[in-house]
Amino acid sequence: MNILKLLTAGSVDDGKSTLIGRLLYDSEAILIDQLEALQRSNRKNDDGTIDLAILTDGLKAEREQGITIDVAYKYFQTEKRKFIIADTPGHIQYTRNMVTGASNSNLAIILIDARKGVIEQTIRHSFLVSLLGLPQVVVAINKMDMVEFEEAVFDRIVADYKKLAAKVGLEHVTYIPVSALKGDNIVFESTRTSWYKGSSLLSHLENVEIPVDTKSEHARFPVQWIVRPQTDELHDYRGYAGRVSSGSFRVNDKVTVLPSGFSSKISQIELYDMQPEIASAGMSVTLHLADEIDISRGDILVSAENAPHVSRQIETDLCWMDTRALDTTQTYFLQHNSRITRCRIQEILYKFNINTLEKEYDEDFKLNDIGRIIIKTADPLAFDYYQDNNANGGAILIDARTNVTVGALMFRANAE
Amino acid sequence: MDYLDELEAEAIYILREVAGQFEKPALLFSGGKDSITIVHLALKAFRPGKFPFPLVHIDTGHNFEETITYRDEMIARIGEKLIVGYVQDDIDAGNVVEQKGKNASRNQLQTVTLLNTIAKHKFDACIGGARRDEEKARAKERIFSVRDEFGQWDPKRQRPELWSLYNGKIHPGENVRVFPISNWTELDVWNYIRRENIPLPTIYFAHEREVITRGGQYMAASPFLNLDEEDVIERKNVRFRTVGDMTCTAAVESYANQIDDIIDEISASRVSERGARMDDKVSEAAMEDRKKGGYF
Repeated sequence: MNILKLLTAGSVDDGKSTLIGRLLYDSEAILIDQLEALQRSNRKNDDGTIDLAILTDGLKAEREQGITIDVAYKYFQTEKRKFIIADTPGHIQYTRNMVTGASNSNLAIILIDARKGVIEQTIRHSFLVSLLGLPQVVVAINKMDMVEFEEAVFDRIVADYKKLAAKVGLEHVTYIPVSALKGDNIVFESTRTSWYKGSSLLSHLENVEIPVDTKSEHARFPVQWIVRPQTDELHDYRGYAGRVSSGSFRVNDKVTVLPSGFSSKISQIELYDMQPEIASAGMSVTLHLADEIDISRGDILVSAENAPHVSRQIETDLCWMDTRALDTTQTYFLQHNSRITRCRIQEILYKFNINTLEKEYDEDFKLNDIGRIIIKTADPLAFDYYQDNNANGGAILIDARTNVTVGALMFRANAE
Repeated sequence: MDYLDELEAEAIYILREVAGQFEKPALLFSGGKDSITIVHLALKAFRPGKFPFPLVHIDTGHNFEETITYRDEMIARIGEKLIVGYVQDDIDAGNVVEQKGKNASRNQLQTVTLLNTIAKHKFDACIGGARRDEEKARAKERIFSVRDEFGQWDPKRQRPELWSLYNGKIHPGENVRVFPISNWTELDVWNYIRRENIPLPTIYFAHEREVITRGGQYMAASPFLNLDEEDVIERKNVRFRTVGDMTCTAAVESYANQIDDIIDEISASRVSERGARMDDKVSEAAMEDRKKGGYF
């Protein structure tokens, strides 16, 4: 059994929370006490049935306002697969939460209200999904019960969305007509959409091939921690602890340490009491090298054949996530893998108008703005382009005054 | 990768980030299965080296004896440092006042002892075993969750958490709660314990015990529970799904005395785990309010 991490995106009234609630409810992932809490609550639908959205609206402030203000994670499993759902808000101020959720997902469900079709927020959500490089998209055309389950409505929205998908560069899109409120095509196939030949949403999620997080086969191992017991019997023991972020390492593979550039060979791979021959993407292990080299946290071990770029100037996309605007006179902390360095914004190239997808020239970077900039870092970074390797191509910006995470970076080119 | 390997690798990664990013971290150890699992993951993250943090136990004084026995045996086995913060000390010092009445519990009081212990040892990060599937407020908490100098969690001011990049930068006086098994479910923990053969305190397995019924649930009869004439002590076959203070942890009737049977029971069960915790029943927003006040 494996895990599918998915994100739901839609605007305020598209029924995202209801959709997730329905998935949990119909797949019997809701437990009795949660159901009791639901029934104790006063929120009911117009027809007196339980409002399933309450299952994901976690915080008091949200229940009062009736909107989702933050990313909530929900867990359920079927016989085929485990699911982690990031429920992210569609409210206009909270683009940053969607970017956060998308960075931790490998499939996005984009909700469209069948009565409204493709709207401005659909464009924004699709653009973000593409920017974050999510390889799989499901477009759930919801509230089909409000349009008499009419095939023509569905077909028109699919045609509109296909144009949008081509424009933002989404390749693998699946379209499903649903009613989250009534349960059509969520867990069970609907009898009211006989014209629809595809599977229900859950069945699709159970069977879709899980795309690998990082498209790259190039071996990358950011060093997190040096294991040095310094006891009498393990006097010379020196292991490099970390997680393989992409590709794989085998015993005897030639590796390069970056940014220093020293080379060596892997002499042993350790996973607690096991010594596997190979460490592949996602595995947390301890590596040993044949030569004694000065390596510390923040360094990265890479395969000698396919080294990443090493540079102090990078062209990158930026999603700004703070209420205080970007200040080009400040230095920020940049966290890339296990390395933290200082950085400055050298140039703002352009911003995206995420409603029209046009480029705009504007020096002002405010909350939820997205655009292309050039940064200069104090230490050289060993990085890949985000579009080639998500894991080694993403970074965050931290405000040195407040310590808050203020920006998401997706490296696009070497600017040195 | 199998899902348990994936969850394990993520948790080990998070533990090593704590080691790499903080000056004085600590591992909060309750004696429950979740923190026992984290100790096991820490062995995998740092052996043959020592843990780069001590274990910290906040002791309410209302413990199940089996938990303390287990704790001391485990510490002897792994050879790591244990620091105990006693709620009794804060009661004696007048920092907190013991609750009165039938449902009196020290569960709330331990927040003060936890914050005092953090301040005394200047811990900048505390690793905990909370999971997002436990409860609605937890579902929104970050893996690195920043607390202000009063130990408070502000759900509206959480830092965005992107990819696997955990921002542990804090100001003096603040600290970070870290939850390495955020993405695990109760069933995942049990399946992992079975796969790894991790020993557990005996109260997790079915045994005969004197209990009384409160709010439709079985509470272990103990000197710490304030009884009145309505309470009837019965002998039942029970096991505990979570282990906390004796006054707030309820048992379920069960004959499952093997881990396989427990997993079967949980798989079939329709009552979620925190349903056996009286402290969450107070109101729908109970957990959120306690977390804002500095609770785990």
